[in-house]
Amino acid sequence: MAVVYEKSKGLTDAELHYCPGCHHGIIHKLVAESLVELGLLDGAIGICPVGCSVFAYNYFSCDMLEASHGRAPAVATGIKRTHPDQAVFTYQGDGDLASIGAAEIVHAAMRGEKFTTIFVNNAIYGMTGGQMAPTTLIGQKATTCQSGRTVEQAGMPIRVAEMLSTLDGCVYAERVCVTDIANINKAKRAIKKAFEKQMNREGFTFVEVLSTCPTNWGMTPLKAVQWLKDNMIPYYPLGVIKDKGLEV
Amino acid sequence: MSARVTFNSDRCKGCELCTTVCPKHIVTMDMNVINRKGYHPATVTDMDQCIGCASCAKICPDSIITVEKF
Repeated sequence: MAVVYEKSKGLTDAELHYCPGCHHGIIHKLVAESLVELGLLDGAIGICPVGCSVFAYNYFSCDMLEASHGRAPAVATGIKRTHPDQAVFTYQGDGDLASIGAAEIVHAAMRGEKFTTIFVNNAIYGMTGGQMAPTTLIGQKATTCQSGRTVEQAGMPIRVAEMLSTLDGCVYAERVCVTDIANINKAKRAIKKAFEKQMNREGFTFVEVLSTCPTNWGMTPLKAVQWLKDNMIPYYPLGVIKDKGLEV
Repeated sequence: MSARVTFNSDRCKGCELCTTVCPKHIVTMDMNVINRKGYHPATVTDMDQCIGCASCAKICPDSIITVEKF
């Protein structure tokens, strides 16, 4: 008898606190599996954000640190510079990375800090109760824009991967989603590639993962997956946005 | 070659994502059972049809599914 698939050794036995159908759990295990398969788990150091994934330090079986809101890239900078041979990653949501932490991520990418950022974009603030995020789509309802986001009031949503790809220090930026098996496999390849480029000391690497938030979108998990495909992917196109050395 | 899927049912949150990816459509929610979290957990109706592709396990956000081939 051979085990085809079991819970990754990169994850602890702790029970995830995420809502039913939340994609955080899938993204967690892709990161964990990538670290295990690349042989990086023992030395890996992760930095958690503030937001739904604030407790991620309980779930990864490598060294983890908690940073204040949005400051994970600053903490990762210090850790990576003192531990250049170890894999360092930040795991951040859109409220954390694209809003309060926008300066930190832009400057870390500008400096070409040699760590990997996993950016989970679910177009809303999850933990705080469904407020509008910088990534909330036009027309999308949130508790702070109850008739839907408008361009006049809040402008157009930010495409973080495209923005960071304009910086020379950022060597790799890809946007993926985890709605089905084909996309899960692509997402894992992207995360592994980012870690490989980090360990080759090429520069800053960034993987944006589109995610659902069934609770705050007010949908069942399956409806949320469909909503992501219908609404998020047209505005946040999937694919490699920058791969230095490989013109895209 | 047959395969076996096992669920850590007490941890299932009933999100149904696993039911959408099974190529044989044999993963369903067990409406006769309520687990300790209060959800109907996922189960496999006809294990003989399982091909061991592990799609259900790969998409499970809570990593409660183990797939074996023998």
